[in-house]
Amino acid sequence: MIETSIVPAFVNRGSFIEMNGRDRAKSLFDKNSWRELVGPFDRVESPWLPKQGIAPQSDDGCIVIKGTIGGTAAVAISLENAFQGGSIGEVSGAKMASALDLAARDSAAGELTAAVLLLETGGVRLQEANLGLAAVAEMISSILNLRQYAPVITVIAGTVGCFGGMSLAAGVSSYIVMTCEARLGLNGPEVIEQESGLEEFDASDRELIWAIHGGEQRVGMGLADALVEDKTEAIASAVREYVRKGLPPQHRSRQVNLYRDRIAALDNANQINPLQLRQLWSSKESKGGPQ
Amino acid sequence: MEHITFEYPTAQRGITKRAHVGVVGSGDMEVLLEPSPESGAHVEITTSVNGFRDAWKAVLDRFFSKFDGAVRIQINDAGATPGSVLLRLEQAVEVIQQ
Amino acid sequence: MNEHIGLRGRVWLEAVTGEHQSRPGDPMSVLFIRARIGKDSALFLCVVPNKESRFPCVRDGQVGLEEAYALAFRVRQAMEDDREKPRAEKSPIIAVVDVKSQAYGRREETAGIFLAAAAAADAYASARMAGHPVIALVAGHAFSGGFLTHGYQANRILAFDDSGVMIHAMHKEAAARITRRSVADLERLGHEIIPMSYDVKDFARLGLIHKLLHADDPMRPSASEVDAVKQALIEAIDDTRAGGTDLNNRFQSAEAIVARRAGLAARAAMELQWRQA
Repeated sequence: MIETSIVPAFVNRGSFIEMNGRDRAKSLFDKNSWRELVGPFDRVESPWLPKQGIAPQSDDGCIVIKGTIGGTAAVAISLENAFQGGSIGEVSGAKMASALDLAARDSAAGELTAAVLLLETGGVRLQEANLGLAAVAEMISSILNLRQYAPVITVIAGTVGCFGGMSLAAGVSSYIVMTCEARLGLNGPEVIEQESGLEEFDASDRELIWAIHGGEQRVGMGLADALVEDKTEAIASAVREYVRKGLPPQHRSRQVNLYRDRIAALDNANQINPLQLRQLWSSKESKGGPQ
Repeated sequence: MEHITFEYPTAQRGITKRAHVGVVGSGDMEVLLEPSPESGAHVEITTSVNGFRDAWKAVLDRFFSKFDGAVRIQINDAGATPGSVLLRLEQAVEVIQQ
Repeated sequence: MNEHIGLRGRVWLEAVTGEHQSRPGDPMSVLFIRARIGKDSALFLCVVPNKESRFPCVRDGQVGLEEAYALAFRVRQAMEDDREKPRAEKSPIIAVVDVKSQAYGRREETAGIFLAAAAAADAYASARMAGHPVIALVAGHAFSGGFLTHGYQANRILAFDDSGVMIHAMHKEAAARITRRSVADLERLGHEIIPMSYDVKDFARLGLIHKLLHADDPMRPSASEVDAVKQALIEAIDDTRAGGTDLNNRFQSAEAIVARRAGLAARAAMELQWRQA
């Protein structure tokens, strides 16, 4: 048995990033208010992975916790990034979409139920390809449905970040909470390098990666809402605050005129300087308020 | 991929709690440990790494030499080392003893 | 790789709407046409290649920043135009889909293409939720982020049944590289594992397609083939109006009940346990 009472000083105590998907989700809830739904002992697993010689996980890498956050009904849906890169398969996608649908149903019936999405994911699980992609489309629809009533808060903490189709889930959320370590984008650096060449994106350039996809940049640009320290209490507190706040005046993914104009104004001749773009866009309104 | 099962009929102590530990990440595994409806312990392993039946047996023999609970253990494994396997099993026991 | 990528969309947009001069919107890569389909006036949208795009990474017909926001803009315009109308009179919105992929570029990532894609998906879904029949006509390729942006929020999905149509999460070459297999192995795997298949007829077995369509030569359809597709669009619109505004129909077809049974079991378990509060 390991002696766990002596913790070296360099271990990052209270780090959110160091927790697994389940513990991250649990940490957001009011004490003793939560329970897990369709958890490991229900053994709802991927039927596709064993056919390819890949060991399944009993919860398919998606943890659903229901309870209260700051006294308000809430459900957290957390992707386990250590299992298949947090990717979306048939079952994990179905768990996420159905939890969102049930939160919407409760909300429509008068019990407002917020959703927190802990998105540490590379996107669709290639081993389930089209069922993963279909699940992402359905999940986006479910977020948009719930979003009529109650806030959907995406938390991206790192280390995997939120990429692929799931970045659209983040994009349609009411609020996005990120750490400096976290990254958010449709395509990761390796994929861009592969598809468009080294000139377009050098995937080994860590500074470039965080300059474009990192939490500080995304929040600075107004594409995400809160930059929070990698401390469990800080992240839980930010989530609690957004649950309390409720729906924003206008969701970011509805601000079409604003962003269409911004894209039209982009000086595109060369690669865009991320810091300059951050300064340009942060000087204007980007979240909430009328267009 | 392999499915491996082991029986430990002498592990007969009644257990009331269940535990889940671990993640099926590269080099890791998850353990689901539950009270067994029958006497004796039953272990089922699903592993993506083939050819290590003997190593699994050695670790489980060692584990059950100290643990006598009548349990059903399910393991989903993505290449954990024997040391990690033992660690996860011990973590599961720690949970049910709380 | 099919050299007709991005061209089948325009062919079928023009065939179905009868317009030979599609008026490009802003940008040149997003075509939008108001045309009659049955008794309705519908908005048709199509993303096409634009070799002169000022964004280098979209010139082969990828869905980029301008494309995604233009789609969102046009869909929301249609919603605004029909805001006062009852559900039965909301204009159908037809996404003609033939997109190589999303745009893979640094400019796109810097300027937040994830949000652009989200905005387009939001617009299509919002139109659907407001009662517009949203139909996707997959005329060619529908990959990943491109399809999530343009088409995958539809009430009903129609697709042609030939090898020029591919719906998938990632191109074969990239998927092969990432999963460390040969393309041939990947294709073989697709026969055993239906969701991984690149064959649209296998995709249809997942229960997500409302109807498979056929044209002997999809780049040069006959008048009767075009007519059949129009009829299929009208039927899909009617079927949509008779049903809900959500995506639940994707789980209800005979094929889906089989192919997606693990997902259905997960949903059922979630519902059961949710109530045990």
